Amino acid sequence: MASLDDLKKRIASVKSTQKITKAMKMVAAAKLKRAQDSAEKGRPYSEKMNNIILNLSEGISDIESAPKLLSGTGKDQIHLCVVMTSDRGLCGGFNSNIIKKAKSYFSKLSSEGKELKIITVGSKGNDQLKRVFGDKIIENISFKNSKNANFFDAEKVSKIIIEKFQKEEFDICTIFFNQFKNVITQIPQAQQIIPLKTETDEKEKSEDNYEFEPDEDEILTNLLPKNISTQIFKAMLENSASEQGARMSAMDNATRNAGEMVDKLTIEYNRSRQAAITKELIEIISGAESL
Amino acid sequence: MGEEFKLEVVNPEKSFLSKEDVTEVVVPAFEGEMGILKDHISIISFLKPGIITVYSKSVEEKYFVEDGIIEFKNNNLSILTSSIFNIKDIEKSKIDEMLRLAEEETNKESISDQVKFLIDQKIEVLKSIN
Repeated sequence: MASLDDLKKRIASVKSTQKITKAMKMVAAAKLKRAQDSAEKGRPYSEKMNNIILNLSEGISDIESAPKLLSGTGKDQIHLCVVMTSDRGLCGGFNSNIIKKAKSYFSKLSSEGKELKIITVGSKGNDQLKRVFGDKIIENISFKNSKNANFFDAEKVSKIIIEKFQKEEFDICTIFFNQFKNVITQIPQAQQIIPLKTETDEKEKSEDNYEFEPDEDEILTNLLPKNISTQIFKAMLENSASEQGARMSAMDNATRNAGEMVDKLTIEYNRSRQAAITKELIEIISGAESL
Repeated sequence: MGEEFKLEVVNPEKSFLSKEDVTEVVVPAFEGEMGILKDHISIISFLKPGIITVYSKSVEEKYFVEDGIIEFKNNNLSILTSSIFNIKDIEKSKIDEMLRLAEEETNKESISDQVKFLIDQKIEVLKSIN
Protein backbone atom coordinates (compact mmCIF):
# COMPACT_ATOMS: atom_id res chain seq x y z
CA MET A 1 0.00 0.00 0.00
CA ALA A 2 1.19 3.45 -0.84
CA SER A 3 2.39 5.58 1.99
CA LEU A 4 0.26 8.35 3.45
CA ASP A 5 2.36 11.01 1.85
CA ASP A 6 2.08 9.46 -1.61
CA LEU A 7 -1.68 9.22 -1.29
CA LYS A 8 -1.91 12.82 -0.24
CA LYS A 9 0.09 13.89 -3.27
CA ARG A 10 -2.05 11.84 -5.60
CA ILE A 11 -5.25 13.29 -4.22
CA ALA A 12 -3.89 16.78 -4.71
CA SER A 13 -2.86 16.06 -8.29
CA VAL A 14 -6.19 14.50 -9.25
CA LYS A 15 -7.96 17.45 -7.71
CA SER A 16 -5.98 19.92 -9.74
CA THR A 17 -6.66 17.92 -12.92
CA GLN A 18 -10.32 18.04 -12.03
CA LYS A 19 -10.12 21.79 -11.77
CA ILE A 20 -8.66 22.01 -15.24
CA THR A 21 -11.23 19.73 -16.83
CA LYS A 22 -14.00 21.62 -15.12
CA ALA A 23 -12.72 24.89 -16.47
CA MET A 24 -12.38 23.40 -19.95
CA LYS A 25 -15.93 22.20 -19.74
CA MET A 26 -17.14 25.67 -18.89
CA VAL A 27 -15.21 27.20 -21.76
CA ALA A 28 -16.50 24.59 -24.18
CA ALA A 29 -20.06 25.20 -23.01
CA ALA A 30 -19.75 28.91 -23.67
CA LYS A 31 -18.16 28.35 -27.06
CA LEU A 32 -20.73 25.72 -27.93
CA LYS A 33 -23.50 28.20 -27.48
CA ARG A 34 -21.88 30.55 -29.93
CA ALA A 35 -20.96 27.85 -32.43
CA GLN A 36 -24.48 26.48 -32.32
CA ASP A 37 -25.89 29.92 -32.91
CA SER A 38 -23.78 30.54 -35.93
CA ALA A 39 -24.52 27.08 -37.29
CA GLU A 40 -28.21 27.83 -37.06
CA LYS A 41 -27.84 31.28 -38.55
CA GLY A 42 -25.85 29.87 -41.44
CA ARG A 43 -28.53 27.40 -42.37
CA PRO A 44 -30.86 29.66 -44.39
CA TYR A 45 -28.07 30.56 -46.77
CA SER A 46 -27.11 27.00 -47.61
CA GLU A 47 -30.74 25.94 -47.81
CA LYS A 48 -31.61 28.72 -50.21
CA MET A 49 -28.54 28.00 -52.25
CA ASN A 50 -29.52 24.37 -52.45
CA ASN A 51 -33.02 25.28 -53.52
CA ILE A 52 -31.87 27.52 -56.29
CA ILE A 53 -29.46 24.94 -57.62
CA LEU A 54 -32.16 22.32 -57.46
CA ASN A 55 -34.50 24.50 -59.47
CA LEU A 56 -31.77 25.27 -61.92
CA SER A 57 -30.64 21.71 -62.48
CA GLU A 58 -34.22 20.69 -63.11
CA GLY A 59 -34.39 23.26 -65.82
CA ILE A 60 -31.35 21.92 -67.60
CA SER A 61 -32.45 19.93 -70.57
CA ASP A 62 -29.19 18.80 -71.99
CA ILE A 63 -27.08 17.01 -69.43
CA GLU A 64 -24.14 16.81 -71.82
CA SER A 65 -23.58 20.50 -71.92
CA ALA A 66 -24.07 21.00 -68.19
CA PRO A 67 -21.09 22.32 -66.28
CA LYS A 68 -18.66 19.63 -65.17
CA LEU A 69 -19.07 20.55 -61.53
CA LEU A 70 -22.66 19.40 -61.77
CA SER A 71 -22.45 16.44 -64.09
CA GLY A 72 -18.98 15.20 -63.18
CA THR A 73 -16.19 14.11 -65.47
CA GLY A 74 -17.98 10.96 -66.44
CA LYS A 75 -15.44 8.80 -64.65
CA ASP A 76 -15.09 7.79 -61.05
CA GLN A 77 -11.51 6.64 -60.97
CA ILE A 78 -9.80 9.20 -58.79
CA HIS A 79 -11.44 10.14 -55.52
CA LEU A 80 -10.56 13.21 -53.56
CA CYS A 81 -11.50 13.07 -49.90
CA VAL A 82 -11.53 16.19 -47.80
CA VAL A 83 -11.32 15.20 -44.17
CA MET A 84 -12.31 18.00 -41.86
CA THR A 85 -11.19 17.75 -38.26
CA SER A 86 -10.32 20.12 -35.46
CA ASP A 87 -7.01 21.76 -34.65
CA ARG A 88 -7.16 20.94 -30.99
CA GLY A 89 -7.41 17.72 -29.10
CA LEU A 90 -9.12 16.79 -25.84
CA CYS A 91 -12.52 16.52 -27.40
CA GLY A 92 -13.38 12.89 -26.85
CA GLY A 93 -14.17 10.85 -29.91
CA PHE A 94 -14.73 13.84 -32.15
CA ASN A 95 -11.70 13.46 -34.39
CA SER A 96 -11.41 9.69 -34.22
CA ASN A 97 -15.02 9.32 -35.32
CA ILE A 98 -14.40 11.27 -38.49
CA ILE A 99 -11.15 9.42 -39.10
CA LYS A 100 -12.83 6.08 -38.56
CA LYS A 101 -15.54 6.95 -41.05
CA ALA A 102 -12.98 8.20 -43.54
CA LYS A 103 -10.73 5.18 -43.14
CA SER A 104 -13.52 2.72 -43.79
CA TYR A 105 -14.38 4.71 -46.91
CA PHE A 106 -10.74 4.67 -47.97
CA SER A 107 -10.45 0.92 -47.64
CA LYS A 108 -13.66 0.47 -49.58
CA LEU A 109 -12.20 2.61 -52.35
CA SER A 110 -8.92 0.77 -52.47
CA SER A 111 -10.67 -2.61 -52.57
CA GLU A 112 -12.51 -1.36 -55.62
CA GLY A 113 -9.23 -0.38 -57.18
CA LYS A 114 -9.87 3.35 -57.16
CA GLU A 115 -7.22 5.94 -56.74
CA LEU A 116 -7.29 8.01 -53.59
CA LYS A 117 -6.19 11.54 -52.79
CA ILE A 118 -6.66 13.21 -49.44
CA ILE A 119 -6.85 16.79 -48.31
CA THR A 120 -6.92 17.25 -44.58
CA VAL A 121 -8.42 20.32 -42.97
CA GLY A 122 -7.35 20.72 -39.37
CA SER A 123 -4.12 19.41 -37.93
CA LYS A 124 -5.54 16.60 -35.82
CA GLY A 125 -6.81 14.72 -38.83
CA ASN A 126 -3.49 15.14 -40.52
CA ASP A 127 -1.69 13.74 -37.48
CA GLN A 128 -3.86 10.66 -37.39
CA LEU A 129 -3.91 9.96 -41.10
CA LYS A 130 -0.33 10.59 -42.07
CA ARG A 131 0.93 7.39 -40.48
CA VAL A 132 -1.07 5.12 -42.75
CA PHE A 133 -2.08 7.33 -45.63
CA GLY A 134 0.81 9.75 -45.61
CA ASP A 135 1.63 9.25 -49.26
CA LYS A 136 -1.97 9.97 -50.26
CA ILE A 137 -2.26 13.32 -48.52
CA ILE A 138 -1.76 16.01 -51.11
CA GLU A 139 -2.57 19.02 -49.01
CA ASN A 140 -3.01 19.97 -45.40
CA ILE A 141 -4.92 23.09 -44.53
CA SER A 142 -5.14 24.38 -41.03
CA PHE A 143 -6.93 27.39 -39.64
CA LYS A 144 -5.25 27.55 -36.29
CA ASN A 145 -5.20 31.31 -36.40
CA SER A 146 -8.84 32.00 -37.08
CA LYS A 147 -10.95 31.94 -34.00
CA ASN A 148 -14.28 31.02 -35.49
CA ALA A 149 -15.24 29.30 -38.67
CA ASN A 150 -15.59 32.00 -41.27
CA PHE A 151 -16.64 32.10 -44.86
CA PHE A 152 -13.31 33.41 -46.02
CA ASP A 153 -11.57 30.23 -44.87
CA ALA A 154 -14.19 28.09 -46.52
CA GLU A 155 -13.62 29.91 -49.77
CA LYS A 156 -9.92 29.21 -49.56
CA VAL A 157 -10.56 25.50 -49.25
CA SER A 158 -13.04 25.45 -52.08
CA LYS A 159 -10.70 27.39 -54.31
CA ILE A 160 -8.06 24.72 -53.86
CA ILE A 161 -10.57 22.00 -54.60
CA ILE A 162 -11.94 23.69 -57.70
CA GLU A 163 -8.48 24.39 -59.02
CA LYS A 164 -7.58 20.75 -58.71
CA PHE A 165 -10.82 19.76 -60.37
CA GLN A 166 -10.16 21.99 -63.31
CA LYS A 167 -6.74 20.44 -63.70
CA GLU A 168 -8.58 17.11 -63.74
CA GLU A 169 -6.70 15.79 -60.78
CA PHE A 170 -9.75 13.96 -59.49
CA ASP A 171 -13.22 12.88 -60.55
CA ILE A 172 -15.22 12.73 -57.37
CA CYS A 173 -14.90 14.81 -54.24
CA THR A 174 -16.28 13.84 -50.87
CA ILE A 175 -16.08 15.80 -47.65
CA PHE A 176 -16.01 14.24 -44.20
CA PHE A 177 -17.25 16.12 -41.18
CA ASN A 178 -19.26 15.70 -38.02
CA GLN A 179 -22.84 16.76 -38.08
CA PHE A 180 -24.02 18.32 -34.88
CA LYS A 181 -27.10 16.64 -33.52
CA ASN A 182 -26.87 17.47 -29.86
CA VAL A 183 -24.23 17.82 -27.19
CA ILE A 184 -23.67 14.10 -26.79
CA THR A 185 -24.34 12.95 -30.34
CA GLN A 186 -22.37 13.98 -33.37
CA ILE A 187 -22.80 12.01 -36.53
CA PRO A 188 -19.81 11.64 -38.82
CA GLN A 189 -20.93 12.38 -42.35
CA ALA A 190 -19.59 11.74 -45.81
CA GLN A 191 -21.02 14.12 -48.35
CA GLN A 192 -20.26 14.13 -52.02
CA ILE A 193 -19.87 17.63 -53.38
CA ILE A 194 -18.45 17.04 -56.86
CA PRO A 195 -20.33 16.08 -58.90
CA LEU A 196 -23.20 17.52 -57.01
CA LYS A 197 -25.82 15.10 -55.83
CA THR A 198 -29.20 16.73 -55.90
CA GLU A 199 -31.77 15.16 -53.72
CA THR A 200 -34.96 15.54 -55.61
CA ASP A 201 -37.80 16.00 -53.23
CA GLU A 202 -40.76 14.99 -55.30
CA LYS A 203 -43.27 16.87 -53.25
CA GLU A 204 -41.27 20.05 -53.27
CA LYS A 205 -40.85 20.03 -56.97
CA SER A 206 -42.00 23.34 -58.22
CA GLU A 207 -43.94 23.75 -61.37
CA ASP A 208 -42.72 27.27 -61.77
CA ASN A 209 -40.88 28.25 -64.81
CA TYR A 210 -38.10 30.56 -63.93
CA GLU A 211 -36.82 33.32 -66.01
CA PHE A 212 -33.07 33.33 -66.10
CA GLU A 213 -30.80 36.19 -66.66
CA PRO A 214 -28.29 35.46 -68.16
CA ASP A 215 -29.06 31.88 -69.27
CA GLU A 216 -29.07 28.80 -67.08
CA ASP A 217 -25.64 27.60 -68.06
CA GLU A 218 -23.95 30.80 -67.16
CA ILE A 219 -25.72 31.06 -63.86
CA LEU A 220 -24.80 27.50 -63.03
CA THR A 221 -21.15 28.00 -63.86
CA ASN A 222 -21.11 30.92 -61.48
CA LEU A 223 -23.22 29.33 -58.85
CA LEU A 224 -21.64 25.93 -58.51
CA PRO A 225 -18.27 27.10 -57.18
CA LYS A 226 -20.16 29.25 -54.70
CA ASN A 227 -22.19 26.28 -53.69
CA ILE A 228 -19.04 24.33 -52.93
CA SER A 229 -17.82 27.11 -50.66
CA THR A 230 -21.21 27.14 -49.02
CA GLN A 231 -21.21 23.41 -48.44
CA ILE A 232 -17.73 23.53 -47.00
CA PHE A 233 -18.65 26.46 -44.82
CA LYS A 234 -21.67 24.56 -43.59
CA ALA A 235 -19.46 21.59 -42.80
CA MET A 236 -17.08 23.88 -40.93
CA LEU A 237 -19.88 25.35 -38.86
CA GLU A 238 -21.31 21.94 -38.04
CA ASN A 239 -17.84 20.75 -37.21
CA SER A 240 -17.07 23.56 -34.83
CA ALA A 241 -20.36 23.10 -33.01
CA SER A 242 -19.70 19.37 -32.82
CA GLU A 243 -16.17 19.91 -31.59
CA GLN A 244 -17.29 22.06 -28.71
CA GLY A 245 -20.12 19.67 -27.90
CA ALA A 246 -17.80 16.69 -27.91
CA ARG A 247 -15.27 18.53 -25.79
CA MET A 248 -17.91 19.56 -23.34
CA SER A 249 -19.19 16.05 -22.77
CA ALA A 250 -15.67 14.61 -22.70
CA MET A 251 -14.63 17.13 -20.08
CA ASP A 252 -17.80 16.50 -18.12
CA ASN A 253 -16.95 12.81 -18.01
CA ALA A 254 -13.39 13.54 -17.04
CA THR A 255 -14.52 15.79 -14.22
CA ARG A 256 -16.86 13.12 -12.94
CA ASN A 257 -14.20 10.42 -13.16
CA ALA A 258 -11.76 12.61 -11.33
CA GLY A 259 -14.36 13.11 -8.60
CA GLU A 260 -14.80 9.37 -8.24
CA MET A 261 -11.07 8.90 -8.10
CA VAL A 262 -10.69 11.53 -5.41
CA ASP A 263 -13.38 9.79 -3.34
CA LYS A 264 -11.68 6.43 -3.69
CA LEU A 265 -8.28 7.82 -2.83
CA THR A 266 -9.65 9.70 0.15
CA ILE A 267 -11.16 6.53 1.57
CA GLU A 268 -7.89 4.72 1.05
CA TYR A 269 -6.05 7.60 2.67
CA ASN A 270 -8.34 7.64 5.69
CA ARG A 271 -8.10 3.88 6.07
CA SER A 272 -4.35 3.82 6.05
CA ARG A 273 -4.23 6.75 8.42
CA GLN A 274 -6.56 4.88 10.78
CA ALA A 275 -4.43 1.76 10.43
CA ALA A 276 -1.34 3.72 11.35
CA ILE A 277 -3.06 5.20 14.40
CA THR A 278 -4.31 1.79 15.52
CA LYS A 279 -0.88 0.35 15.08
CA GLU A 280 0.64 3.07 17.19
CA LEU A 281 -1.98 2.60 19.90
CA ILE A 282 -1.30 -1.13 20.04
CA GLU A 283 2.36 -0.42 20.39
CA ILE A 284 1.77 2.04 23.22
CA ILE A 285 -0.62 -0.25 25.02
CA SER A 286 1.56 -3.31 24.74
CA GLY A 287 4.51 -1.20 25.82
CA ALA A 288 2.60 -0.02 28.91
CA GLU A 289 1.48 -3.53 29.71
CA SER A 290 5.01 -4.87 29.69
CA LEU A 291 6.09 -2.40 32.36
CA MET B 1 -51.45 47.48 -49.26
CA GLY B 2 -51.34 45.07 -52.07
CA GLU B 3 -48.13 46.47 -53.34
CA GLU B 4 -45.82 44.89 -50.85
CA PHE B 5 -43.73 41.76 -50.95
CA LYS B 6 -41.22 39.99 -48.78
CA LEU B 7 -37.50 40.51 -48.96
CA GLU B 8 -34.87 38.40 -47.32
CA VAL B 9 -31.16 39.03 -47.55
CA VAL B 10 -28.90 36.30 -46.23
CA ASN B 11 -25.16 36.01 -46.06
CA PRO B 12 -23.31 32.85 -45.06
CA GLU B 13 -23.05 33.88 -41.45
CA LYS B 14 -26.58 34.97 -40.78
CA SER B 15 -29.81 36.35 -42.06
CA PHE B 16 -28.81 39.89 -42.79
CA LEU B 17 -32.12 41.54 -43.41
CA SER B 18 -35.71 40.46 -43.49
CA LYS B 19 -38.55 42.75 -44.41
CA GLU B 20 -42.20 42.17 -45.06
CA ASP B 21 -43.17 45.51 -46.47
CA VAL B 22 -40.96 46.37 -49.40
CA THR B 23 -42.56 47.87 -52.44
CA GLU B 24 -39.65 47.89 -54.82
CA VAL B 25 -36.12 46.59 -54.94
CA VAL B 26 -33.55 47.67 -57.47
CA VAL B 27 -30.68 45.23 -57.84
CA PRO B 28 -27.49 45.45 -59.90
CA ALA B 29 -28.11 42.31 -61.96
CA PHE B 30 -25.41 40.97 -64.17
CA GLU B 31 -26.89 42.35 -67.33
CA GLY B 32 -27.90 45.69 -65.95
CA GLU B 33 -29.93 47.19 -63.17
CA MET B 34 -33.23 45.53 -62.55
CA GLY B 35 -36.19 46.77 -60.60
CA ILE B 36 -38.45 44.23 -59.00
CA LEU B 37 -42.04 44.95 -58.08
CA LYS B 38 -44.75 42.75 -56.69
CA ASP B 39 -45.92 39.88 -58.91
CA HIS B 40 -42.76 39.85 -60.93
CA ILE B 41 -42.26 36.60 -62.81
CA SER B 42 -40.11 33.99 -61.04
CA ILE B 43 -36.56 34.83 -61.80
CA ILE B 44 -33.05 33.78 -60.91
CA SER B 45 -30.15 36.02 -61.66
CA PHE B 46 -26.84 36.93 -60.23
CA LEU B 47 -25.40 40.22 -59.21
CA LYS B 48 -22.39 42.22 -60.04
CA PRO B 49 -20.84 44.71 -57.63
CA GLY B 50 -23.25 47.53 -57.10
CA ILE B 51 -25.93 49.02 -54.97
CA ILE B 52 -29.16 47.42 -53.92
CA THR B 53 -31.88 49.93 -53.22
CA VAL B 54 -34.79 48.83 -51.12
CA TYR B 55 -37.93 50.93 -51.14
CA SER B 56 -40.54 50.33 -48.52
CA LYS B 57 -43.49 52.48 -47.45
CA SER B 58 -41.61 55.37 -46.02
CA VAL B 59 -37.93 54.60 -46.14
CA GLU B 60 -35.38 53.98 -48.79
CA GLU B 61 -32.28 52.00 -47.92
CA LYS B 62 -29.14 51.42 -49.90
CA TYR B 63 -26.76 48.50 -49.59
CA PHE B 64 -23.47 47.82 -51.25
CA VAL B 65 -22.94 44.26 -52.51
CA GLU B 66 -19.99 42.63 -54.16
CA ASP B 67 -21.70 39.59 -55.56
CA GLY B 68 -24.73 37.48 -55.02
CA ILE B 69 -27.64 35.58 -56.40
CA ILE B 70 -31.23 36.65 -56.34
CA GLU B 71 -34.27 34.49 -56.55
CA PHE B 72 -37.78 35.83 -56.84
CA LYS B 73 -40.65 33.46 -56.45
CA ASN B 74 -44.22 33.78 -55.18
CA ASN B 75 -43.56 37.33 -54.07
CA ASN B 76 -40.58 36.29 -52.01
CA LEU B 77 -37.33 37.87 -52.97
CA SER B 78 -34.22 36.16 -51.64
CA ILE B 79 -30.84 37.70 -52.06
CA LEU B 80 -27.84 35.54 -51.27
CA THR B 81 -24.60 37.37 -50.99
CA SER B 82 -21.28 36.89 -49.31
CA SER B 83 -20.56 40.54 -48.71
CA ILE B 84 -23.11 43.24 -48.07
CA PHE B 85 -22.93 46.54 -46.22
CA ASN B 86 -25.45 49.18 -45.41
CA ILE B 87 -24.09 52.31 -47.01
CA LYS B 88 -25.04 54.35 -43.99
CA ASP B 89 -22.91 52.23 -41.67
CA ILE B 90 -19.91 51.72 -43.84
CA GLU B 91 -16.90 53.75 -42.80
CA LYS B 92 -14.93 55.84 -45.18
CA SER B 93 -11.65 54.19 -44.26
CA LYS B 94 -13.12 50.82 -45.15
CA ILE B 95 -14.21 52.05 -48.55
CA ASP B 96 -10.76 53.41 -49.18
CA GLU B 97 -9.23 50.11 -48.17
CA MET B 98 -11.51 48.14 -50.48
CA LEU B 99 -10.86 50.59 -53.27
CA ARG B 100 -7.13 50.23 -52.83
CA LEU B 101 -7.32 46.43 -52.90
CA ALA B 102 -9.55 46.46 -55.94
CA GLU B 103 -7.22 48.79 -57.79
CA GLU B 104 -4.29 46.57 -57.00
CA GLU B 105 -6.22 43.63 -58.32
CA THR B 106 -7.24 45.24 -61.56
CA ASN B 107 -3.67 46.11 -62.42
CA LYS B 108 -2.56 42.52 -62.28
CA GLU B 109 -1.81 40.98 -65.63
CA SER B 110 -3.05 37.52 -64.89
CA ILE B 111 -6.74 38.18 -64.43
CA SER B 112 -9.29 37.33 -67.05
CA ASP B 113 -11.37 39.94 -68.83
CA GLN B 114 -14.49 39.00 -66.97
CA VAL B 115 -12.84 39.33 -63.58
CA LYS B 116 -11.37 42.63 -64.65
CA PHE B 117 -14.76 43.85 -65.73
CA LEU B 118 -16.26 42.96 -62.36
CA ILE B 119 -13.48 44.65 -60.45
CA ASP B 120 -13.74 47.77 -62.56
CA GLN B 121 -17.44 47.83 -61.78
CA LYS B 122 -16.65 47.56 -58.12
CA ILE B 123 -14.19 50.42 -58.29
CA GLU B 124 -16.69 52.59 -60.06
CA VAL B 125 -19.37 51.91 -57.49
CA LEU B 126 -17.03 52.42 -54.58
CA LYS B 127 -15.94 55.72 -56.01
CA SER B 128 -19.51 56.82 -56.41
CA ILE B 129 -20.23 56.11 -52.76
CA ASN B 130 -17.12 57.82 -51.62
